[in-house]
Amino acid sequence: MLYVVLCYNDEDVTGSWTKEEDDMVMTRLVAVTDRLEKAGKLGPVARLMPTTAATTLRKGGYGKRLDPGPEPAVVTDGPFAETKEQLLGFYVIQCGGLEEALEIARELGQANPGGAYEIRPVSLFFPGGQVAARSHE
Amino acid sequence: MGALIRYFGNLDLAEEAFQESCLAALRKWPGQSPPHDAAAWLILVGRNAAIDTVRRQGKQEPLPPEDALSTPEDTEGSLAQRLDDAHYRDDILRLLFICCHPELPATQRIALALRIVSGLTVKEIARAFLVSEAAIEQRITRAKARVADANVPFETPDQPERARRLAGVAAAIYLMFNEGYSATGGDALIRAALCDEAIRLGRLLLRLFPDQPELMGLLALMLLQHARATARLDGQGAIVLLEDQDRGLWNRSLIEEGQALLDKAIRHRSRGPYQIQAAIASLHSGAQRYGDTDWRQIDLLYAALEQLQPSPVVRLNRAVAVSKAQGPADALAMIEPLARELSGYFYFFGVKGSLLEQLGRKEEARDAFGRAIALAHTPAEAAHIRMHLDRLATP
Repeated sequence: MLYVVLCYNDEDVTGSWTKEEDDMVMTRLVAVTDRLEKAGKLGPVARLMPTTAATTLRKGGYGKRLDPGPEPAVVTDGPFAETKEQLLGFYVIQCGGLEEALEIARELGQANPGGAYEIRPVSLFFPGGQVAARSHE
Repeated sequence: MGALIRYFGNLDLAEEAFQESCLAALRKWPGQSPPHDAAAWLILVGRNAAIDTVRRQGKQEPLPPEDALSTPEDTEGSLAQRLDDAHYRDDILRLLFICCHPELPATQRIALALRIVSGLTVKEIARAFLVSEAAIEQRITRAKARVADANVPFETPDQPERARRLAGVAAAIYLMFNEGYSATGGDALIRAALCDEAIRLGRLLLRLFPDQPELMGLLALMLLQHARATARLDGQGAIVLLEDQDRGLWNRSLIEEGQALLDKAIRHRSRGPYQIQAAIASLHSGAQRYGDTDWRQIDLLYAALEQLQPSPVVRLNRAVAVSKAQGPADALAMIEPLARELSGYFYFFGVKGSLLEQLGRKEEARDAFGRAIALAHTPAEAAHIRMHLDRLATP
């Protein structure tokens, strides 16, 4: 079974760590993830940039209808802030910049209308991969 | 400081109180370990000191309720609880908005904000504005008097009012960052803290106004500049020029975040000075080696900046790009008309000397470098110019 562990914290607090404090936390985390990786239990890991770097695409379409609907997707600055929707998944995409990321999100939104995508740049990424191979076994 | 002003509603009193509490801390903390919440301790001691002052002066000012008065030891715990981190952090930003009062002319607003909020000295503020210390002193005094005369309540402005004050607040944050970045006198650690604080405030501000491209530009600019901090000074504290910096020391994650913010800003297609400067910084960050720098593009961006914000300093910066793209002669012709306006500006003579040196006009170059040394603010600046002079001296 694959699980994702989603990380929540107050970015005011984590953002005010000194470099030494940040390094210390990262070292402690790596001690854990190294062990998981050796055991073949670690997939991709990402550290996201602060929410100030986020952009949100509110998708066209609504309710239970599966067609994209008449209204276009709307782009707003900042993180996803509504509470009536729940986090259901995520994609990691490689692209040249925000415009391309939005383009891809729009395309995904056409295929799966309703809700929103928050587009957030990744600051650190470890691909992992062992578990992905296992899930196909 | 933010908490003290909110408490007393009087700038002078709060400023004095803050100094008192810092003195008390200096007397007390070396002997014993600092209290677990140093900020709360400072606020409390400052508050009590100021209340003493008010009593001594016998002024009939309404005092806060008596139960707020007690010794630091008693209330330290409960106060620290109330001043939870997130709440206290916002105080500084709130204070900036208060200082950027619309009844004050822009220059006074920013001077006041820098003095009160960031604790910069008059000398540092004077340098940031390229005016005399006396002029800044006067601006701050006038600003305080005007705030007092107008009986302006020190309340946090509401949403529409905040939006109106935004430009002033952004400018104050930018100047705070610049002061930290350009490392005038004083402790390098304090300077770095000033940059970190400006960046923190920039983030907070952008979260309050998430759709403002200029705020994205401002934060991007600060991050992109700050990313080079460790490469800018060598082991002896001497300045390392952009062309000589070890680009491997640049902080990649700050650069990427700056780039991401700039990307967001550009989508709005509404250009502004912070965005343009961030774009210039981004071109520098994007060059693998100094030789790869896209000077022509940087020249164009400076030209755009000049259109929006004509200033001799912008023209001087543009001249540097022109000297790389077209050669030193064109650049020198650009800056010569600025001689009178920038007669007290270290960088003007530094750039002029360097252009003359490149043109082989050694005598004039020596002259310009000599004037630069006289205007240098830090030993590092002076040492850098001396290096140029040494190079001129060797045939």
